[in-house]
Amino acid sequence: MNDSSTAVPLNFLNHKTGLWSWLSSTDHKRIGLLYLYSITVFFCVAAVLGLLMKIEKFAPGQTIMTAQTYNGMFTIHGIIMIFIVVIPGLAAVFGNILLPIMIGAKDVAFPKLNLFSWYVYITGAFLGLYSQFAHGHVPDTGWTFYVPYSAEATSNVVIALTAAFVLGFASILTGLNFIVTIHRMRAPGMTWFRMPLFPWSLYATAWIQILATPIIGITLLMVIAERTFQIGFFDPKLGGDPVLYQHLFWIYSHPAVYVMILPAMGVVSEIFPTFSQKPIFGYGAIVFSSLAIAFVGYLVWGHHMYTSGMSYQARWAFSLLTFLVAVPSAIKVFNWLSTMYGGSVDLKPPLLYAISFIFLFSIGGFTGLTLGSLATDIQVHNTEFIVAHFHYIIFGGMGFGFFAAIHYWYPKIYGRMYSNRWAYIAWGILFTGFNILYFPMFIMGIQGMPRRYFDYDPKFTLGQEISSIGAFILIIGLIAMISNLVYHRRKGAIAPANPWHGVTLEWQIPSPPPHENFDEVPVITHDPYVFDHPYTK
Amino acid sequence: MKNHDDHITSYSLNWTVLIVLLILTTISILAIKMHLGAYTVALALILASVKVTIVLTYFMHLKFENLLLRLMVGGVFLLFAIVIVITFIDYYFR
Repeated sequence: MNDSSTAVPLNFLNHKTGLWSWLSSTDHKRIGLLYLYSITVFFCVAAVLGLLMKIEKFAPGQTIMTAQTYNGMFTIHGIIMIFIVVIPGLAAVFGNILLPIMIGAKDVAFPKLNLFSWYVYITGAFLGLYSQFAHGHVPDTGWTFYVPYSAEATSNVVIALTAAFVLGFASILTGLNFIVTIHRMRAPGMTWFRMPLFPWSLYATAWIQILATPIIGITLLMVIAERTFQIGFFDPKLGGDPVLYQHLFWIYSHPAVYVMILPAMGVVSEIFPTFSQKPIFGYGAIVFSSLAIAFVGYLVWGHHMYTSGMSYQARWAFSLLTFLVAVPSAIKVFNWLSTMYGGSVDLKPPLLYAISFIFLFSIGGFTGLTLGSLATDIQVHNTEFIVAHFHYIIFGGMGFGFFAAIHYWYPKIYGRMYSNRWAYIAWGILFTGFNILYFPMFIMGIQGMPRRYFDYDPKFTLGQEISSIGAFILIIGLIAMISNLVYHRRKGAIAPANPWHGVTLEWQIPSPPPHENFDEVPVITHDPYVFDHPYTK
Repeated sequence: MKNHDDHITSYSLNWTVLIVLLILTTISILAIKMHLGAYTVALALILASVKVTIVLTYFMHLKFENLLLRLMVGGVFLLFAIVIVITFIDYYFR
């Protein structure tokens, strides 16, 4: 092209073209986008399943599906959302795209292993879907695969277990890659405490991924062995102990909650300083609270098992530890709020989502204390209170953290701006729908509405109707948000390199980033959130 | 960088480590026949921990790594030890 004014500079999106160039790329940014697109597709599938469940519950009795279908629906909704969407979510997408750039590296430590992780992930994801359509019944154990039912059920449990096992491998490989990348590939001058907070959160997350995930992998294999070869691990008839399964499952699955939420905390720790144009308040406190969450979060799994027949001594020990883990989370919240205090606050969509994250996550956190207390937990155990709490933490926390991240880094990734107006509208619908959907479940849970029931006592009809209407509003909000982002991918205004006046390294390179990120390896001479440094002018 | 320093271990050291590992494995097998009851598991875990430490130290060259990395590996072991102890609190008091 001779007309240089219309020439698009080479970047990671256009330096090679064609489907194969994407499927065989070892560029961390392209792999991050492969994860983004895969996760989005699976998220939409699971969201539709969630909507169908809420339609079923719009009225008492059977409406659009049988009880068995409902059991299959909540199982696959949980498997997709937890193992395919939320656990890899932020780390695999934004960690891949941004971690090397934010620490001044050209790629992750093991680029081929990184691509391999995505293929492992896709294999696991399709195995999960296959379990729905393979010969036999749809798995109906719930995403927790509790024995003894999962060891005896005649549905396709083995395929679903294998899917979760394979997905765990992808998670371990990504975590390993990130730890080595952070240890070995930081730019000259980027000491540990000059590293931005999102990489710090990924570092804490990666340790959980490589230490906890093997435990669930082995546990799921043990269930398969028990089903297939009658080896007695968990079945009392064979000399096993069903409570042991719950221990092993939650030794992984509670830290997994922090795999989901820590990167979201890292995202908002980037957003608050940028949109307040002010250094983060308590950098060190946020770093160490991330590490403390990763460590203490490992020791609280038993609060999922208060009613399982655990010893009293173990229950109170877990209750005490559960209260301790609330402390570092609260430290972070105070630091984020203090960052905004006295700053030049610019309420752009990423900040709006980040503030929503604090609001929703705090509701989830406070209701978590109700569940961490022995006495109150027994009152609301296995009710819709749990479902509401869980969704406030995971969807309100990780989900809104994810939405904050995509709105924050979208101009950097695609070199285009989305419509702020539509982003505000979509946020309003989403936030409203979210609260209408989930808040009534707290109340119904306290009143005794069990979870995982497709039918209910007529006294819950009003609450269920309100909740179902909220589901429709939420889906409309999601459609509005995704449409805004997809449409402006090609039609949006050209984004400058640094539209938000951020100060971390990703904002110092062009949008979209070049194939190898930096023309010259950057040399870091200052802390990560210095807003008046000449480097950022 | 420090981790790129040469650190060649001698054949004699590697053979010694291998023999120690084989002895510990033999003790693990013999321990099953000693009928120690609930302590069999504890003994097996202790022996396995010693073997892992030796493998990490000599075969995986942790001995030659920097202090931070050694502390991190130590921290991982400490974490697993705590997890196992907490799990057994349930079984002990149940």
